[in-house]
Amino acid sequence: MSKFDNIKKFIVKDKLKLDCGKTISDFPLAYETYGELNSKKDNAILVFHALTGDQFVTNINPITKKDGWWKHAVGSGKALDTNKYFIICANVLGGCMGSFGPSSLNTKTGKSYGNDFPVITINDMVNAQYFLLKHFKIEKLFCVTGGSMGGMQVLQFVSNYPDAAQTAVPIACTSNHSAQNIGLNELGRQAIMADANWQNGKYYETNSSPDKGLSVARMAAHITYLSKDALQEKFGRKLQERDDLKFSFDADFQIESYLRHQGSVFVDRFDANSYLYITRAMDYFDLNKKFEGNLSKAFEKSKTKFLIISFTSDWLYPSSENKEIVIALNSIGADVGYVEIESDKGHDSFLLDVPDFLQTLGNFLTKSYERLNEKRI
Amino acid sequence: MKKEFRIIADLVEKNSRVLDVGCGDGELMSFIYNNISQDIRGIEISKTNVQKCVSKGLIVIEGDAEKDLYQFTDTSFDYVILSQTLQAFLNPENVLDELLRVGKKAIVTIPNFGHWKMRLNLLFKGTMPITKTLPHKWHNTPNLHMCTIKDFFNFCDDKEIKFIKSLALSQEKVLKISKNNLGIRNFFSDLGIFLIEN
Repeated sequence: MSKFDNIKKFIVKDKLKLDCGKTISDFPLAYETYGELNSKKDNAILVFHALTGDQFVTNINPITKKDGWWKHAVGSGKALDTNKYFIICANVLGGCMGSFGPSSLNTKTGKSYGNDFPVITINDMVNAQYFLLKHFKIEKLFCVTGGSMGGMQVLQFVSNYPDAAQTAVPIACTSNHSAQNIGLNELGRQAIMADANWQNGKYYETNSSPDKGLSVARMAAHITYLSKDALQEKFGRKLQERDDLKFSFDADFQIESYLRHQGSVFVDRFDANSYLYITRAMDYFDLNKKFEGNLSKAFEKSKTKFLIISFTSDWLYPSSENKEIVIALNSIGADVGYVEIESDKGHDSFLLDVPDFLQTLGNFLTKSYERLNEKRI
Repeated sequence: MKKEFRIIADLVEKNSRVLDVGCGDGELMSFIYNNISQDIRGIEISKTNVQKCVSKGLIVIEGDAEKDLYQFTDTSFDYVILSQTLQAFLNPENVLDELLRVGKKAIVTIPNFGHWKMRLNLLFKGTMPITKTLPHKWHNTPNLHMCTIKDFFNFCDDKEIKFIKSLALSQEKVLKISKNNLGIRNFFSDLGIFLIEN
């Protein structure tokens, strides 16, 4: 019995050649859907999740018992309105919420793959998820969307399958991972690998796991998802349940206590090896390089209508990097809109209740869906 | 809708490819989309306006006309529209050059500083003129390079830009501008509307 027995899974029978050269087949992709696919099959939205997300976009996640990661954007009457659209989200390849990943059991050895799992890329993730379209017999998605690593998957998806989506909304992302972001990811990976419990990735059978390392990785990453202003406003120099400094290394400050909490709850739901593999996939992401430095070429064959969204206080995937995508699309005369949302909440803005963002996303989808139906008449 | 927008829309050929530079809340874009051509895009600097445009289903990028036009390739639009903003740029000449690079044709409108009310205002009151077309005070005006219809006409002439159509809006009347009547149009018109090409 596994905790993932009762969630939706689709076994990909086809062979999938990975960028690393290896080929996989007969592997599971865990997914969830919300809303109903209509008879014309023109109302499907494929949502791609970010680094630590999963297929449980909204409602209560049946595994973690927490709210879905995009509850502000997805649901009845929300931007991605489940009364109107059929929302599909799959756990990425390499993930740890039921899809094929390093914690999956290798039937040949009877043990989990650990770091024998092939190194995967954003391209591999997207190609694996494309099989879901066949599974649902959907010819063309109404929209592909996602934030952060989800946005990277959106870009890769449109590039790989130029006719598979009417609209695309990459949010707070980039077309190639910056040195700063690779560096930050490496920091997280080194924290995990420095934990003696990591044991070269073969910890699954040992009753221990690199929780401390993973927790430090999460703490460091969490800072990057916020902004200096938001941190200052929320925590400042406030002390944690004490009147004065204790002259020790306890969590004197609220920010320390908050980060420790974020780290400790994260290890309950996330696999350290998945963290290594998925951050690696993000670092390897470079759509520009694939097209000899000309990003426009990635989208040349597509008629997909884009809306790019970034946030003013996002320093992880700043507006300047999002604008590079806009520029690449404009230079080939593609249909592209661009909105920079004012928010002090940093990179995490796309996950939070930021009304301007949610309204813009919702309005774009509503109008695009209306226009799609007008054209048919 | 403003009379100005109707005149602009009339200058645009059916189903042509249009870019509205400084498209505001998308009023003109919506009109063109619904009546003339669905192949229309906008660029707008105000976040609120960009979001309004998205809510109308318009394709708009948030950006600064003075910095962001470079990303469009040469003659990638049939028409590029610039309504009443040329005078607000740091370098209007560069913007005008960019409009005519990106567009096969450009439609430029300018509020006329040469209108007789302006002249009288300054002559008799001795203060910077304030009118319906130019409602700002000297200290809060976004206009950096005010010009008259005559100025713009001569400027384009010097740059060997061709006038396909030159119109003046005087109260609600639309009149043709030519070299012969330039003085009088410059005296009585609120707005100049020019369809130009390189």
